[in-house]
Amino acid sequence: MIRKTLLCATAFVALTAAASAQDVAIINAKVWTGTEAGTLDNATIYMSEGQIAGLGANFAAPSGTELIDADGNWVTPGIIAPFARTGIVEVGAEDSTNDTNASGSAFSVALRASDGFNPAATPVAVTRIEGVTRVAVAPATGGSMIAGQGFVANTSGAPGSVTDNRAFVYVDLGEGGAGLAGGSRPAAWAALRGAFADARGYPGRFMAHNEGDTLTRADAQAFGPAVRGQQLILVAAHRASDLRKVIELKAQNLNLDVAIVGADEGWLVADELAAADIPVIVDPFSNLPASFAQLGATSRNAERLIEAGVPTAFAHLGDSGHQARLVLQSAGNAVANGVSFDDALAAMTVVPAAIYGLQGYGSIERGNVADLVIWDGDPLEVTSAPTAIFIDGQAQSLESRQTKLRDRYLDLDESEKPPAYRR
Amino acid sequence: MNKFSFAAASAAVVLAACGSGSSSDEGAASDTVEIDRNPYPSTYTPYPSTATLLKDATVIDGIGGEILEGDVLLVDGKVSQVAEEIAAPDGATVIDATGKWVTPGIIDNHSHLGVYPSPSVSAHGDGNEISAPVTAEVWAEHGVWPQDPGFPRALAAGVTSMQILPGSANLFGGRGVTLKNVPSRTVQGMKFPGAPYTLKMACGENPKRVYGYGGGRFPGGAPYSRMGNVAGYRTAWAKAVEYKRKWDKYAEEGGDPPARDLELDTLMGVLSGDILVHMHCYRADEMAQIMDMSEEFGYKVTSFHHAVESYKIADKLADYGACSAMWADWWGFKMEAYDGVRENIPMVHKAGACAIVHSDSDIGIQRLNQEAAKALSDGRRAGIEISDADAWQWLSANPAKSLGIFEETGSLEAGKAADVVLWSGDPFSVYSQAEKVFIDGALMYDRGNVALTPVMDFELGQPGEGDLK
Repeated sequence: MIRKTLLCATAFVALTAAASAQDVAIINAKVWTGTEAGTLDNATIYMSEGQIAGLGANFAAPSGTELIDADGNWVTPGIIAPFARTGIVEVGAEDSTNDTNASGSAFSVALRASDGFNPAATPVAVTRIEGVTRVAVAPATGGSMIAGQGFVANTSGAPGSVTDNRAFVYVDLGEGGAGLAGGSRPAAWAALRGAFADARGYPGRFMAHNEGDTLTRADAQAFGPAVRGQQLILVAAHRASDLRKVIELKAQNLNLDVAIVGADEGWLVADELAAADIPVIVDPFSNLPASFAQLGATSRNAERLIEAGVPTAFAHLGDSGHQARLVLQSAGNAVANGVSFDDALAAMTVVPAAIYGLQGYGSIERGNVADLVIWDGDPLEVTSAPTAIFIDGQAQSLESRQTKLRDRYLDLDESEKPPAYRR
Repeated sequence: MNKFSFAAASAAVVLAACGSGSSSDEGAASDTVEIDRNPYPSTYTPYPSTATLLKDATVIDGIGGEILEGDVLLVDGKVSQVAEEIAAPDGATVIDATGKWVTPGIIDNHSHLGVYPSPSVSAHGDGNEISAPVTAEVWAEHGVWPQDPGFPRALAAGVTSMQILPGSANLFGGRGVTLKNVPSRTVQGMKFPGAPYTLKMACGENPKRVYGYGGGRFPGGAPYSRMGNVAGYRTAWAKAVEYKRKWDKYAEEGGDPPARDLELDTLMGVLSGDILVHMHCYRADEMAQIMDMSEEFGYKVTSFHHAVESYKIADKLADYGACSAMWADWWGFKMEAYDGVRENIPMVHKAGACAIVHSDSDIGIQRLNQEAAKALSDGRRAGIEISDADAWQWLSANPAKSLGIFEETGSLEAGKAADVVLWSGDPFSVYSQAEKVFIDGALMYDRGNVALTPVMDFELGQPGEGDLK
């Protein structure tokens, strides 16, 4: 017998973490697939064992499947924030809670941000309930222009939610990196060339001592996969001339897997980025000459990069530890500034999945992981919100610490008891 | 607390009238000394405008009214009429606003444009006078760089006025200034005529971090704790009360004028009701302490800023009568911002307190309408029903009131300044943009019209000069 479960407008509370994913089908959905199938109307998405096992307007879930009626509302793949700091910092200004960087560490490449990931950090749920199901988390630079290695995790908040703990190496090759390398871009590039030589020369050049041209022994070992093109190198750079140097680096080392984050002047070198097949992660909000490396910043950057054929993903780069969720608002702004709705959604789903090699993520098709969001309106509208979220086919809680605080203070009457007794 | 206040103060004293001598018998002595309260007057005058009729728009008047398919007439720099149907006067420019929205200009009451301009290089750090925790003698306008590219970005987003404040490093940061968002060679050319001065204060973590556990920038290391913060305010207020008493007595009885003190000038201005207090304060308990302190010394906090926990004391804020200038959803960067909720703004509004959406950001100022939309919709999902028309008060009327300029602007009412925005669609949609922005009736921004898109000096000759931004 089919039980039809109507979706409430408020919270859809998940089962406890111990429960396994049940077979669930979402019906009457307007599905943004992210594939050539485009947007499907009145479609069913059948989730089984954490995967999308059935999809289509004509698909009927097996009898006995729990049904969720999307009432004609949008369903999208779970949003992937391609550059975030979610889960590695609790309170930014409090060093004891902040694992994003370590200026006192002797290591650089060997630093793995995943070692500091806390799925129970409050920003994780805060980010999840706005529809972000996966995050690519980068360490921040501290003592070195090479910040370390980033990871990919889901936002379920459950233990074991890191799916790749050495997803990429993050390097700052802009003004920040120059400062950390000793005070100039030449210093940064000398250090980078030294790092490449150390990694390629490992273990040989470390037989006699632990120090390479740039890296410690441990860092040189850790940098090996990246210089061999087996691990993504994510470079932070904005200025057109700096972007050209990254393009040149790849041209001289064709096996490298390189992506750029920031790229405010990317539109000035868009054709070259496209020819070099270098994806970019941009912040659609960035339109001010915030530094001399960003003089050409414009809200039309994304449109022009996409037009030129550059794989373009979106991220909210400001306070990425707490506000990765604003990537959706930035995507809506990108649409207002010339990007198509489909490209804007792809910039938070398909393209991030491609950048990080996440097979089976970022789009809705049979066989893919069941990371899905049901929305109460246009997913890019600031007035919309998720009504249901699935990660690996498991329904997720829509509660966070923030919703609990709100609920406590919706009524300020303390005549009977103080608010501390309300929860 | 401030050791530098007596420096060059005496040079600034102005004689009210020349006279042959004083007679202490007369109430108003002929050579009475008065402090010039407006020594850097605004030179702004409205730019030329033609009568303009915006037709058949959804009109939000900013004071709770909404007209579907309404008309707004701008004449001689003022809102002349707002109605369902207005006949165009001869010679008026008629703009077909079918499918579009018309609102009052957005007023951001918390901005550091100009004092922390783009590019943010070390020479451009003019927002915090980190030489002492009490610097009520400094004025933000003396640090504003009118060539900040952030100003035209804000204009393109419908912001017609803003308050430029000192930062929050200090207990008393200094005077703020209210500006009209018109490009100018000088700050005086932007100053909002007749706007009262404001005083920036800050509570909580920032002052004690900068001076105390941040490394003793000030001799003695005070303030080191929140206790030190409050003692710092109260010490300054106590001196101000004494200073005011002396000047009041001098005005009544004559004799020798009191020694001039620029810091206490500002504080005295607050006690006289001429200068409005805007206080950076996050935690509910601290705001409650500040409200009591204000009553201790006989002044009012006009607006708390950031006010991340206002939702916890919205009833007290309503009773006291302070505004809260808030973000839609910034949180977590400091302990005092840890309890941020997305429904802060509507919860404050629902309790009957003055709610304002502010930016404190050169990026955030470009989408205040979207921030309001987020807060509005989150509130509705929590059961707080507020109309779009009522919510626009957070963007225009309430900030105008907090800056003492509501008589002049902040709503579409006949006789008020024609600070008006024509939006491409519903301004609570992420897809909408400001198409035309009028300031005192003059079209100061016209999207897609190169001739009406200002470019700052800094942007000339740079990559992207004149580009869509």
